[in-house]
Amino acid sequence: MLNAFAEWFSGVKAEFVLNFITKNRWKMMLTGVENTLIITFVAGLMGIAIGIVVAIIRSTWDKTHDTMRPGIGKAAFSVINWIAKVYLTVIRGTPLVLQLLIMYFIIFASSRNDLGIAILAFGINSGAYVAEIFRGGIMSISKGQFEAGRSLGFNYVQTMLYIVTPQVFKNVLPTLLNEFIALLKETSVAGYVTVMDLTYAASRIRAATFSPFMPLVGSAAIYLALVMFFTWLVGKLERRLRKSER
Amino acid sequence: MSADNKHVMIKVENLQKHFNDGELKALNGVNAQIHQGEVVVVIGPSGSGKSTFLRCLNLLEVPTAGTVTFENVDITDKKVNINIHRQKMGMVFQQFNLFPHMTVLKNMTVAPTTLLKKSKEEAEKKARELLKRVNLADRADAYPHQLSGGQQQRIAIVRALCMDPQVMLFDEPTSALDPEMVGEVLDVMKGLAQEGMTMVVVTHEMGFAREVADRVIFMDGGVIVEEGTPDEIFNHPTQQRTKDFLNKVL
Repeated sequence: MLNAFAEWFSGVKAEFVLNFITKNRWKMMLTGVENTLIITFVAGLMGIAIGIVVAIIRSTWDKTHDTMRPGIGKAAFSVINWIAKVYLTVIRGTPLVLQLLIMYFIIFASSRNDLGIAILAFGINSGAYVAEIFRGGIMSISKGQFEAGRSLGFNYVQTMLYIVTPQVFKNVLPTLLNEFIALLKETSVAGYVTVMDLTYAASRIRAATFSPFMPLVGSAAIYLALVMFFTWLVGKLERRLRKSER
Repeated sequence: MSADNKHVMIKVENLQKHFNDGELKALNGVNAQIHQGEVVVVIGPSGSGKSTFLRCLNLLEVPTAGTVTFENVDITDKKVNINIHRQKMGMVFQQFNLFPHMTVLKNMTVAPTTLLKKSKEEAEKKARELLKRVNLADRADAYPHQLSGGQQQRIAIVRALCMDPQVMLFDEPTSALDPEMVGEVLDVMKGLAQEGMTMVVVTHEMGFAREVADRVIFMDGGVIVEEGTPDEIFNHPTQQRTKDFLNKVL
């Protein structure tokens, strides 16, 4: 019995050594984690920036186009709103992997900055989802808040900035962070365009050692640990936000 | 105390407001003048256009036709920067509309510090003085949801006063309040009136109109049916519609 266990353990140990220690393969995994986090953070921030702008365009149009005075301004705005709508429809209506491949092989065919292209593709993708989260948040703020801001003399942008956006942020923060966690897992397709993210690193090790268990389960465990860490962080933040309201 | 001063602060000419492409005519040619220091109370049945009239005065509702002249500037002119003029027209809403993510003090100072470029100290000093006047000095650091409706509305009034407005617009300020809180808000408004603030008040509080108004405007069907002193309107109305309305509410 003990013998069997010792045998199993030395087998696992050999697997571990082969997949992670030999030829310093752990360095590959480390690079993978690093790239996964870089893509997630930068693309996440890009998504928030794009999302806020698109959400403000869309919600401003929805709230005000009925009462806007006709003219060049309204025409230009309707075109911008239309572009934003097309962006949301196309990005949310096509697979992320295809968007990534199109960016890599068609739009930036001449560029060899793989990581940069991947970040851009994920950022643009995330922006569409974040935009809808923010738009919902803006629409949920009562009309009275806008009117109170405007009646004090704030212009539209100032009202958005000082009065509406802080409330929106507070309301959508949990949803936003969940989008961020989803993005972390979605970056696992970055290997399609040869970016050494965590999943791709695991695949490369598996291909070299012909031993799938350690690299695949190992990388899954790392994803799980990262997601659990961020989820814990979200929960903590949420509790703090609720406290500031009491 | 006030109507002797005949300086016209707001002049409304042929004001019209249509909704749904003219299907609903909320205002149908309203002409009115608000003099400096005057307290004008607008009464009328619901749907009479009185709230729309008030909201057109600071262009929260953009009129379909007609002009609103504030301190000799036609603010319905597209070239006018309405934000500058709104700074001088305080407004109080039925639903208070305090900013829920800010403390009382921050609610009161965000506009003066941002728009009038007042220093934080200066703005807070004024805010605290005003809070003292409405007996809420101890609630400066509270959040709106920690306050009763009456307290919130008193804060909303002093928030508007922090901008040193030349006129205060009240849109049914007591309609959303529990009955026992109506008095405390009306008292603040009476105090303001006694200090000579120019006020336009849309309300259902006939007692307030009788006691405080210099002039009462009765609106129905998007037009001014009758206007005059409280005594004229309440005791000697000349129009049948005014009589019918007063019979129902008094």
